[in-house]
Amino acid sequence: MPFETDHELETIDLNINVGPQHPATHGVFRMILQIDGEVVRDVDPVIGYMHRGDEKLSENCDYRQAIGYQDRTDYLAQFNNELVYCLAVEKLGGYQVPERAEYIRVILSEMNRIASHFMFMGAFGTDIGVFATPFMYTFRERERIQDFFEEVTGERMMYNYFRPGGIGWDVPTNFEERIRGLLVHVREGIADIDNLLTDNEVFVARTRGIGAISPQDAIDWGLSGPMLRATGVPFDLRKAEPYSIYDRFEFDVPVGENGDVYDRYTVRLEELRQSARVVEQALDQMPKDGPIIASGIPRIIRLPAGEVYQRCENPRGEYGIYLISKGSEKPYRLKIRSPCFSNLSALRAMAVGHYVADAVIILGSIDIVLCEVDR
Amino acid sequence: MIADNPWLDALIRLLAAVALMTFSSLTLIYLERKFIGRIQMRLGPMRVGPYGTLQSIADAIKLVSKEDLRPHTADRWVFELAPYVVFIPSFLTFVSLPFTADWFVRNFELGLFYILAVSGVSVVGVVMAGWGSDNRYALLGGVRAAAQLISYEVPLILAMLGAVMIAESMDLIDIVNGQGRVPYIVWQPLGFLIFFIAALAELYRNPFDIPVAETEVVGGPFIEYSGIRWGMFFLAEYTTLLILSVLASLVFLGGWNWPLGNEAGIGLQLVWIVLKTSFMIMLFFWARATFPRLRIDQLMSFSWQVLLPLSFLQIVINGLVKVYNWPDIVLLLSSGGATALALYFIYASVQRMQEPYPQRFTTVMTRKEPVG
Repeated sequence: MPFETDHELETIDLNINVGPQHPATHGVFRMILQIDGEVVRDVDPVIGYMHRGDEKLSENCDYRQAIGYQDRTDYLAQFNNELVYCLAVEKLGGYQVPERAEYIRVILSEMNRIASHFMFMGAFGTDIGVFATPFMYTFRERERIQDFFEEVTGERMMYNYFRPGGIGWDVPTNFEERIRGLLVHVREGIADIDNLLTDNEVFVARTRGIGAISPQDAIDWGLSGPMLRATGVPFDLRKAEPYSIYDRFEFDVPVGENGDVYDRYTVRLEELRQSARVVEQALDQMPKDGPIIASGIPRIIRLPAGEVYQRCENPRGEYGIYLISKGSEKPYRLKIRSPCFSNLSALRAMAVGHYVADAVIILGSIDIVLCEVDR
Repeated sequence: MIADNPWLDALIRLLAAVALMTFSSLTLIYLERKFIGRIQMRLGPMRVGPYGTLQSIADAIKLVSKEDLRPHTADRWVFELAPYVVFIPSFLTFVSLPFTADWFVRNFELGLFYILAVSGVSVVGVVMAGWGSDNRYALLGGVRAAAQLISYEVPLILAMLGAVMIAESMDLIDIVNGQGRVPYIVWQPLGFLIFFIAALAELYRNPFDIPVAETEVVGGPFIEYSGIRWGMFFLAEYTTLLILSVLASLVFLGGWNWPLGNEAGIGLQLVWIVLKTSFMIMLFFWARATFPRLRIDQLMSFSWQVLLPLSFLQIVINGLVKVYNWPDIVLLLSSGGATALALYFIYASVQRMQEPYPQRFTTVMTRKEPVG
């Protein structure tokens, strides 16, 4: 006797818990995927595992001590974070930064952007399933940059090098040759990763049209950085409201067309090249001698009462610091606007409807640093 | 006959097969780590023994001495039997594989048929592992493995079938003997290509490592296994790699026969078979080090929409040549042409996707006027 039903076979969705310990989550992040077979029906991101209260901690330090906490938010773009913080303090205190210090800060920040984007390339290659080859290629170059940073600052990760009004101490004497040598390697590394991934058939098939987001949606979600530019919105704070000395350099702002994962990858790839361009120009223009910190800055900085918001273009997007001073030696309130937090908020909008494998690479393409999301 | 007593003879042969299997797996693991290490500009294992040669032995000892854990909620028998169901077919396959003209455990008249049939069983074990672990990653991986292994079994077998039609035999020794002058890869380039791609999928290696994808399902069906049971999966994987490579060198690359002929001494025959097998294994390693992973739907549609029609095409070509007694050169031309066409289609399908993106980078000079 045939078995008859008047309805189709019922299936239920399955919840799988990606993270907090999972190779694809780039840190301690958890996303609860609701899947129907292989298709993602819902994504529930859970953040907060890395919360250490960087903002509150900064409020209990004086202005110099708080620099160290900036290294610890986005641990892949430490110089960039320090720059934002120092610019905010300088803006409120009205300090004039010497030329040489400005150039050194820009050079180091751009080198840091290169290192950070290399990290993305490697991790993204692993996300998409290459057995560690792009990871090794990019880490070779990143390691060189890290070594150089260590020479300059004495630290591999927590540099604590920029100061409000300048930099902590002068760079080594072979600064210029070292960077020019590094740039040769950086360009080789970019070419390597370009050859390995960009036109790879499988890579293109996997990334094209995945996680696409429209320019309007991207703006509404508050996306910034390469995520926003991949959708075609040419918004780069270095061009849009030049801070520090970024108005002195020529560089292009790469934008994508579709806002999909592939565009985010190519935008970052091109940004690597543009950053190298900026570093080269900065090296040419940099004064060989001069003070490295503004004169008359006391050891314990007391800022006049007031509020300031300073934002900069970090590798991951718009990193902003909102600083309130009540006239004491400590910030009254220090709020960080972290790019990853906003970028991550669009995860559900991007991932729902795609396959499980796509959800992983969409998450990878956001290039999150969980320490920065949770702060 | 090695020994007079048939039981003793069988025992010696089987023991030799087991020893070879274990030894070759350990060697392959070491070689793979070295090879991929070189591709990634590192040295690979260097610490244990000279040039790290004892690394796999150290790993094996570690695996054996590890605790054999079973999740509390696992389906006990399914979980514990799964490694055997994966491992035994690959061992059974090994038994009927000829390495030289007279080095084999047992040669069958339907050897190729037997190998393909038996090796297909291992998918059951993978699904058992996925189901029995009571883990959702494992379940996802197990279902993926079932879909993938079954769909790629078909083109794999059909590609072999083309070679069988040319050789007019399923006996592997006969197939090799038929390649005294020209190996079948010349007459069957399309078949070889399909075989290679399908073998990659059968071995779940990049770009087809979807069931065990580290960044998605974290090892898939094997996620809950540890110790010796996990080691058995590993052993089975590398044995299958070896078997498929030997099979490719026997069926497509001329085995021990080409180019020196059957009269060459056992040493030369061994050299040739080892060289050809190593070449195939190197191709597998190379693919693993460079390719990203496909997605499950792309993988399935590639199998059913590209590989399957192409393997039927190869069979039709072979059939026409056989029925009408056309010269062999027709095979070369048609199959080679079809191979070129297949490669072009794969290439073009990706290129087409790139077309609507004419200008990827535009320079925008917006100073002091934020957009949006």
